[in-house]
Amino acid sequence: MSKLQAVNDFVVKFANVNGSGSASANTLFARAIIRMGVPATPRNIFPSNIQGLPTWYEVRVSAAGHLGARGGTDLMVAMNPQTWDQDVKSIVPGGYLFYDSTKPLPPSKFRGDITVLGVPLTEICNARYSDARQRQLFKNVIYVGALSALLDIDAKVIEQLLSEQFHAKEKLIAPNLEAFQLGRDWALQHLSCPIGLRIERADAVGDRVLIDGNSAAGLGAVYGGATVCAWYPITPSTSLAEAFSRYCARFRVDRETRKRRAAIVQAEDELASIGMVIGAAWNGARAFTATSGPGVSLMQEFLGLAYFAEIPAVIFDVQRAGPSTGMPTRTQQCDLTSAAYASHGDTKHVLLFPADAHECFEMGAQAFDLADRLQTPVFVMLDLDIGMNDRLTEPFHWNDAKRMDRGKVMNAADLAAGREFGRYLDVDSDGITYRTYPGTHPTRGSFFTRGTSRDEYARYTEDGPAYRRNMERLLKKWETAKRYVPAPVRRDAAGPTRLGAIYYGSTAAAMDEAAGQLADQGVAIDLLRVRALPFNDDVMDFIARHDSVFVVEQNRDGQLRMLLINEGDIDPRKLRRVLHYDGTPITARFITGAIVEVAQELKIVPMRQPVPAAE
Amino acid sequence: MTYLAKPKLHHPELPTNALGFTRRDYEGAISTLCAGCGHDSISAAIVHACFELSLPPHRIAKLSGIGCSSKTPTYFLGNSHGFNSVHGRMPSVLTGAYLANRDLIYLGVSGDGDSASIGLGQFAHALRRGVDMVYIVENNGVYGLTKGQFSATADRGAKNKRGVANVDEPIDLIGMALHLGATYVARSFSGDKAQLVPLIKGALTHKGAAFIDCISPCVAFNNHEGSTKSFDYVREHNAAVNTLDFIAARPEITVDYAPGKVELVTQHDGSILKLRKLAGEYDVTDRIAAMEYLAGHYAKGEVVTGLLYVALDADDLHGYLGTAEKPLNAMDESELCPGAAALDKLNAALR
Repeated sequence: MSKLQAVNDFVVKFANVNGSGSASANTLFARAIIRMGVPATPRNIFPSNIQGLPTWYEVRVSAAGHLGARGGTDLMVAMNPQTWDQDVKSIVPGGYLFYDSTKPLPPSKFRGDITVLGVPLTEICNARYSDARQRQLFKNVIYVGALSALLDIDAKVIEQLLSEQFHAKEKLIAPNLEAFQLGRDWALQHLSCPIGLRIERADAVGDRVLIDGNSAAGLGAVYGGATVCAWYPITPSTSLAEAFSRYCARFRVDRETRKRRAAIVQAEDELASIGMVIGAAWNGARAFTATSGPGVSLMQEFLGLAYFAEIPAVIFDVQRAGPSTGMPTRTQQCDLTSAAYASHGDTKHVLLFPADAHECFEMGAQAFDLADRLQTPVFVMLDLDIGMNDRLTEPFHWNDAKRMDRGKVMNAADLAAGREFGRYLDVDSDGITYRTYPGTHPTRGSFFTRGTSRDEYARYTEDGPAYRRNMERLLKKWETAKRYVPAPVRRDAAGPTRLGAIYYGSTAAAMDEAAGQLADQGVAIDLLRVRALPFNDDVMDFIARHDSVFVVEQNRDGQLRMLLINEGDIDPRKLRRVLHYDGTPITARFITGAIVEVAQELKIVPMRQPVPAAE
Repeated sequence: MTYLAKPKLHHPELPTNALGFTRRDYEGAISTLCAGCGHDSISAAIVHACFELSLPPHRIAKLSGIGCSSKTPTYFLGNSHGFNSVHGRMPSVLTGAYLANRDLIYLGVSGDGDSASIGLGQFAHALRRGVDMVYIVENNGVYGLTKGQFSATADRGAKNKRGVANVDEPIDLIGMALHLGATYVARSFSGDKAQLVPLIKGALTHKGAAFIDCISPCVAFNNHEGSTKSFDYVREHNAAVNTLDFIAARPEITVDYAPGKVELVTQHDGSILKLRKLAGEYDVTDRIAAMEYLAGHYAKGEVVTGLLYVALDADDLHGYLGTAEKPLNAMDESELCPGAAALDKLNAALR
């Protein structure tokens, strides 16, 4: 049997029981690798459950810096008897199985083509600890100790991390260090360390930070000037509102008065959440909600109101697998159409697609400028994969000279000076009209906001031409929006090609890796990462300049493809679906496999003329 | 409704209030409701109350849901921003507006369909949060715009225009408001302006969630024999516990009623409500007793009106949240954005 040999390039998966306290030990493991300068990407694979069901924590170590899921497990840390059989089965040939060998298992429970690493964790633990909770928690730290020896992880790094982690509760440092050392010493004495998989110090992390997208988006909302957050708990978006709350406690509390410069309300449901956001934004505050697909379904009527009455609103939609309750703890990009066209009647909404935590922060702040500028709801479309998992990302930057763009707002001085005010009067021909905040001027600038049809001066009307003028102006505003939303990011193949691929959001990590694999397999393909709806001309230009364009996404029906066809009048035959939607994050292997298969069918011949790059 | 627009000119000697405004400055567009509709009387009472309190019209935000009652904000306070939102969802929109700017006065107008049927949840939660607002339900027990279906406040046994009796239990919004912690609770009748105007004034000066259930007969669909929300029925069964004579912002008002007949209630902002007691044993500051009293009198078929409960130590949602005194919508980057240096520190902690 050949044993897997790899340095800084393998996948470790922890199989745990939900609620057993394994999360902090597993995070410690991943952070230690990152501290050694080696990129590592952790992913939680967890059930909709509080205690008892299986949960996994996967760490992909990749010297090359690939942050997408890889698939397959090289080292399984099998701590959950419930899932033993499937866990053992998932190990790649030549891989390793780490388990608690306290209780002997029959040979039939193992495989001949893997290396078995038994550590009597329970025995070590019970010999040292008598308290049941201590036994459970320290067992996790003991396996991290053993793994550090097996994978050649620097003990000093883990010791440093432990002391940082418990700097506020100092008396916990020594017992944790002891447990760590127990496991490490046992492995060093009884097993051949290191195994074929090893961590070697490197310098591939750079100045990147490790954070989850929900926290980054919550931080973005603080920087973007959000002051009202109304939300209703729903997986996987809850931690976004909680992060906003946490950062507000840090950055928005007056030092002297202890008064808060933000109002956060846990609403009774998603209808009330979006209602509060709309009320607050109508009244001139920057307001947002965080939700997931079922919440967006509930908000439809209000979203139509905000579109038609032209009220800013920011909605962070952390997508999960639907329809209905679907798979609440699994990832998908399946809310695009329900968000893009939310509500009855003719509506279109602005969507932003952050690819990682860095963009969650950037777009989390930018969304408020866009909502104010365009006076309409703006969705920031995260998903569970980038929202809830820690990920290495570029550090956050902020320009202190930047000011909030509050859009077209008439103030008391404008009104006093006699500027003409018509709430829905398009004076600049960009489809965007002036608004006033309530309470601005004693006798000028008040208007009545309504979901019913109205004329340019906000007066109720059911006059057909007036209704049409308004609906057409909203389309003009949609055109204007193309100038403001983030442009797509293009990445061309080394040589000319007639093949293109469009992707967005959390698919980016796997696509980046797939790009290299495709090049290695001789498939030349230009890539375009779409970052917003409405699509600007660069997106349509990209499609026009290629014969076949793959649209890679994580849903069943090809929702971005639908939007491209619909918004860009694209021939559907030109857009080929690459769809991954089983609830697990898409992998480079999947994308490469799907594209190579079609590329071979198409028998692509390289073009003679290079494709001009987009401006 | 009337098609005759009021002339913009008004009598030169029309009385003005402390701000120099006349009543006309508090009026809105011409009503498009049915002639004789109770809702128009409530709109007039709101105009009257705001005028007499000398409230700057533009510092009031008026919000509503959908339905006949929700149309009325167009017909009063024409210099105020108004928001005719989504059916049953005015409370959340109002809550958001209130969060954004704590300096305005928020007036929510709703109906029994809007609040007791489709909007029961939002009605309840806005009250229990203590949103500083005046929430008026113009309660006629019937769906007017869709032509006469029972609403959730229609009494069991009440008959519709075709003589069919309602079989469902009614929702008692006053009872709910008391249970849910509204800190100013009153019921009145659109036909009793003398009672209604001071109650609205008391609500406007109250800090915290003020709720007024105002029976407002629907002349088109619910003013017939067999209705329990008709003008005749309410007049016959009205059991007022008190009348609110006036509200004063200064404490030196003296009592000129015989002892035991008058109750002075000092509100949070120092304003004083002067109540003339009609039912001797009724104590407006006793929430539990109020619930019992109301339940007992409802069983006897009486419609209890007046100021039913007021909390003397009321606070509001901003108080509970600890929000800054400066309105959130007036804050700029220096107050909201932590800046680049803080971000660099944060980056360092994430490595």
